[in-house]
Amino acid sequence: MTLVVEGLSVHYGSIRVLSDISFSLPLGEVLCIIGPNGSGKSTLIKTIAGILEPKDGKLLLEGQNLDSISRNEIAKKIGYVPQDFQFLTSATVLESVILGRRPHVQWSLTDHDLDIVNNAMRMLNIAPMAEKMLTELSGGERQRVFIARAIAQDPDFYLFDEPTSALDIRHQIDVFSMIRAISEKKDKSVLVAVHDLNFAYHYAERVMLIDKGRIVCIGTADDVMTEENIISVYGVPMQFISTDAGRYVIPDWKKADLNRAYADTTELTGDTSGKRSDV
Amino acid sequence: MKSPENTSSTLYLSGRKQKFIIIAGLIILLFCACIYALNAGSYHLSFDRILTIVHQAVMNPDLLKEIPFEKTVVIDFRIPRALLAIFTGISLAIAGCVMQALLRNPLVSPFTLGLSSAASFGAALAIVFGAFLMPFIPKEFQNGVIIFSAFLLGWFSILFIYAISRMKGSSSATLILAGVVIGYIFTAGVMILKYLTNDEKLREITLWLMGGMWGANWGAIIIVAPITLLCFLYLESKAWDLNTLSAGDDVAKNLGVNVNRLRLTGLFVATLAASACLAFTGIIGFIGLMGPHIGRMLIGNDNRYLIPCSALLGALILLISDTVARTIMDPVEIPVGVIMYVIGGIFFMFLILRGKHRMIT
Repeated sequence: MTLVVEGLSVHYGSIRVLSDISFSLPLGEVLCIIGPNGSGKSTLIKTIAGILEPKDGKLLLEGQNLDSISRNEIAKKIGYVPQDFQFLTSATVLESVILGRRPHVQWSLTDHDLDIVNNAMRMLNIAPMAEKMLTELSGGERQRVFIARAIAQDPDFYLFDEPTSALDIRHQIDVFSMIRAISEKKDKSVLVAVHDLNFAYHYAERVMLIDKGRIVCIGTADDVMTEENIISVYGVPMQFISTDAGRYVIPDWKKADLNRAYADTTELTGDTSGKRSDV
Repeated sequence: MKSPENTSSTLYLSGRKQKFIIIAGLIILLFCACIYALNAGSYHLSFDRILTIVHQAVMNPDLLKEIPFEKTVVIDFRIPRALLAIFTGISLAIAGCVMQALLRNPLVSPFTLGLSSAASFGAALAIVFGAFLMPFIPKEFQNGVIIFSAFLLGWFSILFIYAISRMKGSSSATLILAGVVIGYIFTAGVMILKYLTNDEKLREITLWLMGGMWGANWGAIIIVAPITLLCFLYLESKAWDLNTLSAGDDVAKNLGVNVNRLRLTGLFVATLAASACLAFTGIIGFIGLMGPHIGRMLIGNDNRYLIPCSALLGALILLISDTVARTIMDPVEIPVGVIMYVIGGIFFMFLILRGKHRMIT
């Protein structure tokens, strides 16, 4: 099974946010979307998740246009874990995870549904906190609950919108390990928008770099995360370091500070004769 | 000891069993309250006697001609009144419960959103100006004019609130304030109508505003009962979808819910249920808040169980309140709306003093 995106464009009112996005996502693959703030990562995830309507283009699942499939059937195939959680009502962990079964049940949960919920909670190690209220949990624990809800939904394609943005390094590693486990053990596909370039490099089969609503490059991490691509898109000097554990991308803080100081000076003096040669 | 693998299933299943027990307990309590309500009053009748009269009314109505007074008390007065209290309690409680889920705000109810005031204004309009329409409407549909007018205005108020809720940056407080504002505007409208109308209609409107079961008769029940039951069944069928809204609109959409349609149809149906009853009973506050809040304490947030639980609690509270209202100062009857204000005020004061205010903020 493959999810295919063809010529996708999305508008917020009259503003074009995504332009002519095309790619495919086969089963069992982790594809990371990277790009600066406002580049359209979340919009792309939300459009595929059925939250936003595309202006142009097609979303195909097994060759079938998503427009011709019922919302409920799409919900069985595509699961979504949002970026932020504004709506922490007084639900328990168990109630939150059970919500994931909504596309599969009429009114009552069957033993099969409960087994899936159990497995999701066990996989995310949240079974002991089943009766806790969401408001009592830490950010990392809540994140696990919401991932468990997506697993309980049992889709073929998982969409994660910056799942580690509010987490410390340990929980970031936990979440990305889970994402890999979903892909490898369950043979599911994961499309994940991230800010951390190193996580994208080390956890994804392929990486998609987008900027200003367009795909700059898509391919393996080595192909996409080149010095030229990263610096041109992010506008920040980067260092690429190769170690035994792999390749890492880190900002060159010193040069970045110098450039910012230069920009501040030209803003104050109005002198634009010089060039920002570093970037 | 249960294995950790089964903990969640066990929790879910034991929780479900507990919820069914609570709902069954509430049904039994409502049945007992119903028997007491039929029994209580200036004219005392034993339970056996009531059963006999009901049996005769169903099986052999001609026999009731021999006991016209008892027939009037039980069949024409107490049963329709108890049924109207039950259906009104159910309607207001489910409307409150569903509105809270749809707008993700535990403080909304038909009363706080201004629906009660708007529906009362609609009904008052029909009372005052409906006479001009009556010659063109068959007699059996004349009550329908009041209901339709109450519903139309109630629906208008909810549309207004819905539009406010869709505005960027609107908070829970904005919604409540919008409800208060719309309540004031329609209350002013009712005051103008009261000022302009004649004594007979003024009395009718005033009775309404106090809230009571004086409008109870079989004609009212024939209208209210099917509306309440159909609205209940529809909203109960949407319980899963309502649950998903607690996770936010984005997650609900991804879980296959058409959120905009759910909000519009849910508010439409909840408004229909509440305004149809309010047209006969006038303003009855707090049921739409107390039913769901007590329900959440007893049964949790799952709307599959919360909606029936709130409905039963609403019916129970209103039936008991109405029975108290007509017997506490026997033979003088006080408006049940007054009782509801007292109970509602005490209930929310209790919540605040017990530190449970987090549930309503």
